[in-house]
Amino acid sequence: MLHFLERSKDNDVQQKIFALIIGAGLFLVIIELVRRRKLAEEYSFLWLLTGFGIIVLILWYDLLEWLTRLIGARTPTTTLFIFGFVFLLLINLYFSLKVTKLTSQVKDLGQKLAISEKADR
Amino acid sequence: MNHKPDNNLVIIIPAYNEAGRIASTIAGIRKVSDADIFVVSDGSTDNTVNEASEAGATVVELPFNLGYGAALQTGFKDALKMGYRFAVQMDADGQHDPMSIKTLIEPVIADEVDVVIGSRFLDKGNYKAPFVRRMGMYFFGIITSVLTGRRITDSTSGFQALNKKVMEFYASAAYPVDYPDADVIIMLHRQGFRFKEVPVIMHNAAKRSMHGGILNPLYYIFKMMLSIFVTLLRKE
Repeated sequence: MLHFLERSKDNDVQQKIFALIIGAGLFLVIIELVRRRKLAEEYSFLWLLTGFGIIVLILWYDLLEWLTRLIGARTPTTTLFIFGFVFLLLINLYFSLKVTKLTSQVKDLGQKLAISEKADR
Repeated sequence: MNHKPDNNLVIIIPAYNEAGRIASTIAGIRKVSDADIFVVSDGSTDNTVNEASEAGATVVELPFNLGYGAALQTGFKDALKMGYRFAVQMDADGQHDPMSIKTLIEPVIADEVDVVIGSRFLDKGNYKAPFVRRMGMYFFGIITSVLTGRRITDSTSGFQALNKKVMEFYASAAYPVDYPDADVIIMLHRQGFRFKEVPVIMHNAAKRSMHGGILNPLYYIFKMMLSIFVTLLRKE
């Protein structure tokens, strides 16, 4: 029993380190991409929020435990994954909104171009 | 520009890779009408553009494929810019018989209605759609009839005549460019436009038309249901 608990604690620490690496890595990669102007600040916002959220939840363990109890999850890891998943959902939804807008703008551009090219001929 | 101020009618034909058919469609129209003809080539990769302009149509060439509704909308935008007062929209593949153009446009020019929708089912025609498509037409016909409070026999018809007011509506962002069908009729109804159906002659298209894909009937049903649903939710 004791052995099991110890193993579980080891796993917890391992999980925390793993999550911390992911969170911090994500954060750094995004900052670097923005610095190199490969990623617009606008798009980086949600990603940074995700990375930041992961880091906060790992470092502020009480908050993670509180959230875990709140949503009725069994382990804090589950909570992390759920929140990560929700963030991904939101980011995807945001992209769908953007794609919709871009599609409509591209359509309008194509139409305008076609009409003005016809007039030029 | 061959725009004659006394000629207020333009025939708009969206065309995607219709080489081999577009010229005869235009020639067919020329036999019965001297209206200006706009062919909107929807990013065609074949000889559609050349064939259409050689046959005497004005060609608007989209830089890439935008889909049937967006191509049609391009025609309306251009027609408005050119100052046309009336338009007839028809398919490039010869499905819509030019003999019916007169029947379609007359009630619009006479200002009886704003839009006339050509129905292949009002009269006994020779039109035979595949079973699934026929079921879909029947299903959306019922929904459209219930929601507009009048009998609509051919809610998926792309053979229509309309005036400038409706052209402006079709050119607006409200127009559902991916599949303009039954939802457009419901929108017309809710916008307070006057419309009616008249019987027209339609032939079985040589190949599938631009908006009657076999590939995505499920998406079509989903999209049409959603489009009708949100149309009803909108206040404007």
